[in-house]
Amino acid sequence: MEEKHTDDNSTGTSGGYRRASLIILFSLLTIWFVVSFGCGILFREQLDDAFSVGNAPLGFWMSQQGSIICFVLILIAYAILMGRLDEKHGYSETSNKKAK
Amino acid sequence: MSQDTLNFIFIGITFAIYIGIALKSRATSTKEYYTAGGGVSPLANGMATAADWMSAATFISMAGGIALTGYDASRFLMGWTGGFVLLTILMVPYLRKFGKSTVPDFIGDRYYSNFTRFIAVICALFISLTYIMGQMRGVGVVFSQLFEIPIEAGVIIGAAIVFFYAGLGGMKGITYTQVAQYCVMAFAYTLPAIFISMALTGNVIPQLGLIGDYTANGESLPFLEKINNINTELGFKEFTSSNLSKLNMFCITAALMCGTAGLPHVIVRFFTVKDVKAVRKSACWTLSFIAVIYLTASAVGSFSRVNLVEKLNNTPHAEAPDWFERFEKSGQMKWEDKNGDGLMQYSALDRAEGNIAANELTFGADIIVMANPYMGDTPQWVIALLMAGCIAAALSTAAGLLLVLSTSISHDLMKKIINPDLTDKQEIKWARIASLVSLIIACWFGINPPSAFIAKTVAFAFGLAASSFFPTLLMGIFSKKVNKEGATAGMIVGICFTLFYIIYFQFMGGTSDQYFFGISPEGIGFVGMLLNFIIAFVVSAFTPAPPEDIQKMVAKIHNPKGSGDATH
Repeated sequence: MEEKHTDDNSTGTSGGYRRASLIILFSLLTIWFVVSFGCGILFREQLDDAFSVGNAPLGFWMSQQGSIICFVLILIAYAILMGRLDEKHGYSETSNKKAK
Repeated sequence: MSQDTLNFIFIGITFAIYIGIALKSRATSTKEYYTAGGGVSPLANGMATAADWMSAATFISMAGGIALTGYDASRFLMGWTGGFVLLTILMVPYLRKFGKSTVPDFIGDRYYSNFTRFIAVICALFISLTYIMGQMRGVGVVFSQLFEIPIEAGVIIGAAIVFFYAGLGGMKGITYTQVAQYCVMAFAYTLPAIFISMALTGNVIPQLGLIGDYTANGESLPFLEKINNINTELGFKEFTSSNLSKLNMFCITAALMCGTAGLPHVIVRFFTVKDVKAVRKSACWTLSFIAVIYLTASAVGSFSRVNLVEKLNNTPHAEAPDWFERFEKSGQMKWEDKNGDGLMQYSALDRAEGNIAANELTFGADIIVMANPYMGDTPQWVIALLMAGCIAAALSTAAGLLLVLSTSISHDLMKKIINPDLTDKQEIKWARIASLVSLIIACWFGINPPSAFIAKTVAFAFGLAASSFFPTLLMGIFSKKVNKEGATAGMIVGICFTLFYIIYFQFMGGTSDQYFFGISPEGIGFVGMLLNFIIAFVVSAFTPAPPEDIQKMVAKIHNPKGSGDATH
């Protein structure tokens, strides 16, 4: 049942695509790390003292609310950016004909 | 109408819906049993995954954890949502492209070895069993509350229901019932929160109430200041400050996140959609649906903290609210009149006068969410809805886990390793036998849990996943160099290290001053994960590289095009 992809779909990807997708991956993971571990744990006290959201200290708020909101935004950005990249390099399912 | 009757009516209606859907979309082929036949829409899959994901631990335990430990419980909030970022960016699009329907299947093929596949099956069993223990405990807490019976009996009733409908429907049945369950859970969680938020802060949106002012009883001060004051007065640490060391907090959060990205029952959910693009979209939906409940959780937790203390502390037991008696009866809240004044004192101060511990009230964190609407005097039907939601949460996750357990045995062990000639029918039969056996084991541990706090038991499952599957999958996807020897050694060392650490401290009486660098058993999965990476790379460096076709395969999965259907 498996291993039946015979056309170009089954090959690896071009260097340009790989580089671009790794850039997206690392930049989003950096944001992910900063909003959760950075704001919510490592630098929480400093943020607590310096800023606040409504009546909540920022570090505490980031750890309970802000980071989660950021995570959702990161995933939306990922879907959009990768979708665009696939389109550009002809790796998208729908761009089959356009690309080749 | 009495509260009990109303509870039963609500639960009855929701059950009728679930069972109706399960029967209607009953799996008839192995393909439907494992991946719902493919082609589930991203939105429906997102909802189903969210329901699958939000277990009894999230639904029942997490807000309780927030109520009792404040900031420290952020590790669950961040860990269980942040993991989805890792899962989506690093794992599922590639695994979906690879196109196998179980996690051990990917590992077995990528590391071209049936022995590695076997180790992966063992890991999947350990992870899912630990996880399901927590769920059975959760089901037990809800049923014991509902029928006012001991938790043990509640666990057994719950198990019977889970078996009936998870074994029946396979992935197809589960997917569509989970969509219904998510809807029930979302309403059940947010509605009580809205009522309580209005009572305490005058704000309709609980998240804004949390950062707004406390306005009940004619007071007006920032809500978080109010809760900090309450805590300090009673001798607890401030709500917004931390008891855990930074390193421990970091490790636990990281273990939960990486564990999320390595949990087989979540990964397989993404094999049910059409292609890689749909996977990414589906992940967005999933996390959005999850965020709705997680963002409410911190509000629910802190509101119930205030309510609990205001309603119970220093109240004469004779005048205690009705609901307190209810929870006393099921043994989930206890009061012991130590100083004989007839008042219920809640305090963290170790000793009051005369060398008697000042605290007279004991209750588990797991009961807070269920007690919450009672404390906030919300309408009866809201409480009934919450009960239905609690049951939905525990059932949906238990069903998803049972499916992974049973497919690991039937597909990866029986068909791929022991007897390749198994017919579809026999395979499903094995799957059902496996789910029965694992449910019995889970029941036993539900009655004698590794930790009384559900979220903690579940955190162990994440530690195990983080130390075994996460690194192995990640290296399998992103490295052409890591070979079968490296992956196998890494998985074995990672999971054994984590498992022994947990067993030593939870069952063999290890004490917290023996912790490795102060890292508690919940966070040790992070260390196990690092060990797994190191060992896999070192061993791979000294053993032959993977064959040519495997290296080609790794390159192939990075091309999102042509994912086709998930096969098995």
